[in-house]
Amino acid sequence: MAQLDTRAKLAILADAAKYDASCASSGTAKRTSKDGKGLGSTTGMGICHAYAPDGRCISLLKILLTNSCIFDCHYCINRKSSNVRRARFTPAEVVELTLNFYRRNYIEGLFLSSGIIRSSNYTMEQMVEVARSLREDHHFRGYIHLKTIPDADPELIHQAGLHADRLSINVELPTVAGLKRLAPEKSAPQIEGAMLGMRSAIEEGADARKRYRSAPKFAPAGQSTQMIVGADAATDGDIIGRAAGLYDRFGLRRVYYSAFSPIPDASTVLPLQRPPLMREHRLYQSDWLMRFYDYRPDEVAQAVDPATGMLPLDIDPKLAWALRFRDRFPVDLNRAPREALLRVPGLGTKAVASILAARKWRRLRLEDVARLTVSLAKIRPFIVTADWRPVALIDKVDLQAWIAPKKAQLELFAA
Amino acid sequence: MRAITLSAEDDFDGWRDAARALAQAHVPPPEVVWRVGEGGGDLFAVDASPPPAATGPQLRVPKAFVELAQAVILHSDPQRFALLYTLLTTDSHRVEDRADPLVRRLELMAKAVRRDIHKMRAFVRFRELVDDTGTRFVAWFEPEHHIVRANARFFVERFASMRWSILTPEVSLHWDGTTLSEGPAATREDAPADDPVEAVWKTYYASIFNPARLKTGAMLKEMPRKYWKNMPETALVKALVAGARARETAMVETARGAVGGNVEGAWEALRDEASACTRCPLYKPATQTVFGEGPLDAPMMLVGEQPGDQEDLAGRAFVGPAGQMLDRALDEAGIDRARVYVTNAVKHFKFEPRGKRRIHAKPDAGEITACRWWYEQELALVRPKLVVALGATAARQITGKAATIAKLRGRKLALPEGGTGWVTVHPSYLLRLPDADAAAQAYLDFVADLRGAWALL
Repeated sequence: MAQLDTRAKLAILADAAKYDASCASSGTAKRTSKDGKGLGSTTGMGICHAYAPDGRCISLLKILLTNSCIFDCHYCINRKSSNVRRARFTPAEVVELTLNFYRRNYIEGLFLSSGIIRSSNYTMEQMVEVARSLREDHHFRGYIHLKTIPDADPELIHQAGLHADRLSINVELPTVAGLKRLAPEKSAPQIEGAMLGMRSAIEEGADARKRYRSAPKFAPAGQSTQMIVGADAATDGDIIGRAAGLYDRFGLRRVYYSAFSPIPDASTVLPLQRPPLMREHRLYQSDWLMRFYDYRPDEVAQAVDPATGMLPLDIDPKLAWALRFRDRFPVDLNRAPREALLRVPGLGTKAVASILAARKWRRLRLEDVARLTVSLAKIRPFIVTADWRPVALIDKVDLQAWIAPKKAQLELFAA
Repeated sequence: MRAITLSAEDDFDGWRDAARALAQAHVPPPEVVWRVGEGGGDLFAVDASPPPAATGPQLRVPKAFVELAQAVILHSDPQRFALLYTLLTTDSHRVEDRADPLVRRLELMAKAVRRDIHKMRAFVRFRELVDDTGTRFVAWFEPEHHIVRANARFFVERFASMRWSILTPEVSLHWDGTTLSEGPAATREDAPADDPVEAVWKTYYASIFNPARLKTGAMLKEMPRKYWKNMPETALVKALVAGARARETAMVETARGAVGGNVEGAWEALRDEASACTRCPLYKPATQTVFGEGPLDAPMMLVGEQPGDQEDLAGRAFVGPAGQMLDRALDEAGIDRARVYVTNAVKHFKFEPRGKRRIHAKPDAGEITACRWWYEQELALVRPKLVVALGATAARQITGKAATIAKLRGRKLALPEGGTGWVTVHPSYLLRLPDADAAAQAYLDFVADLRGAWALL
């Protein structure tokens, strides 16, 4: 292989990393470089330094250490049998690139992943070396996310957690049958075993910090995972159930859903067409319902069409749920508890907080609500205010047609 | 009239001191004119003396009001000082009531300021400058509101070990590694014109973009065009968007055209996955999934409705009475059965138990849609030139919409996935016709349909 310069390698190794959806840089411990020695800070909030035309945030330098791999997972552009051009960074090159980008305020930090070369332990060692060098040689205080390799030595994972803010392992496919078909060399029990091990390491780390302030931090931004949507036969119902199980068992901060997207030199096992991007969006919305709106997983699953197992594409899952459980509405904005307000389609968590605060001061009328929400038209059929009650509206058979977005708008959004 | 002159656009302390004194002296809001520095001013302002000394009891305001005011003061709207003073003098506790029009207006201003602060942290781009004093990183940024000083701490804490300057049209910030100093307004020309690392950054930007998922609306929402002119990577957006569709189509075409060496393995893996399918409830009562079968390079794919009683038990398509009828008709139509891939629109047997017998039940639209995934995968692997649908359920599956057989029968159809479709009746229909003559005629028509289909190849 001819020697490639840094830019040529970056083009290959960033291209290879783009199928990982995560770019979060939030939720970690606060750090600064006020001591004048180090570089960087974290505020806990996360910053998106740019947006690509695919609508995704660019917060981290997201690259692979190498895109060579001894595995042959069909959905992966880096699989052994793919004809993609290969490249490999040295740990020192990644460190240099990260620092150069960070100094110019292009990024919040690094998200490093890798194809597996030689062995899992060898690959993990190389990745840990990048994080170690950034933290110890350069006193880098920015964000580091390391993708860990499920069967790497636990001591290496421990080292990774001491340097990184976040660790992640991808479950890849929502169903075991799908994983077997598309990633025959990966094992679901092994992936889950590693995630369970990670959970206890993170919890032990947090526990030790409570008792001894000098205890080292271990992955303060927790662990996350990613599922590919639309490459196997899993329905939205299956995916919601799986995500709920993952949150529950592994204490995950986030589950990412990545609509399968066509890759150059695809394996024949893969579907050719991508699922609608709207499907991925609806899954994120269902995820939000569980994480921020106090829906139980089985309640979110009620938004799924029982015949097809899929969430509707034309309306969001919260509205779908409300249309199915119309007896829970209308909700009186002047009296209902927070849980009931959170169920109203079109009311976000901020609007609910505003309503709760505002009603100490006034009996809410429609014009007041209009100042607190984005679209009054959308929520009207579901609410009662001092001057409004949706008499027969909630029973209208064609209620969905009334409030669902018009088709043209939907496609614009999906494009 | 009382005129209050604040020292700068973002002079929160000045506003607070003046507002506190004015409020304690019960000066009504219309009586106060707020201005900044030397410029501007109200021609009718008569009393420019400092506000009266505070006499009444200490003015207490809630924390939320202070936070709101600190943000709003940074807004570019000249009315912000007066609006805040109005809220302070009516009832500062009202700040909780976000349905109040004034509070709402101030909240929106605060939100715009916080967003501008956040975007400055995100979109400032430093360029490296090397001179006799060493290395310095210099950025040119144009904020919308008066946020630069308020944002200084963020940059100091992040880049404490670097020497840097942020130049803006209103003020300049300089950090020398130990102290922060302020300079006058600057222009774009005062900042370096380039940085060698920018080319590397642009390479990254272009490579991390996935052309198969273009969502420019989402990009513009978070990275509005007003910020673009000072961000080097945005110069690439136009070309990336223009090329995206072509790149995605090329990927799909390459994949479609490539005869992968692992079609056989892919099909077997697909069948194994299908054996565990739970996409619709039909898997519960059925014995097993009945997947398609036949040569994977078949030019013709036959799609039936669903497995029947015998197919469900045997696990193979078209082995029951209808299958035997189909075999006979294919033979008579001169079609080589060994060159045909057969499958079903729905891959589990749907039935109603009646005594010991299981009576066939028609799959509904939801079940057909749920099962479409498998049909699409089979289609992608086999890539037949022609897909022949047997009966209305299959016709619905291959065309993606409901229609009657009579309307579609015997003519070439363009399929949504590409390729040609053809529709005829299901052989079980022939078995159900009570009248022998009618059945004989229907059989001849069926054979003729199959012959017509084969002729298209």
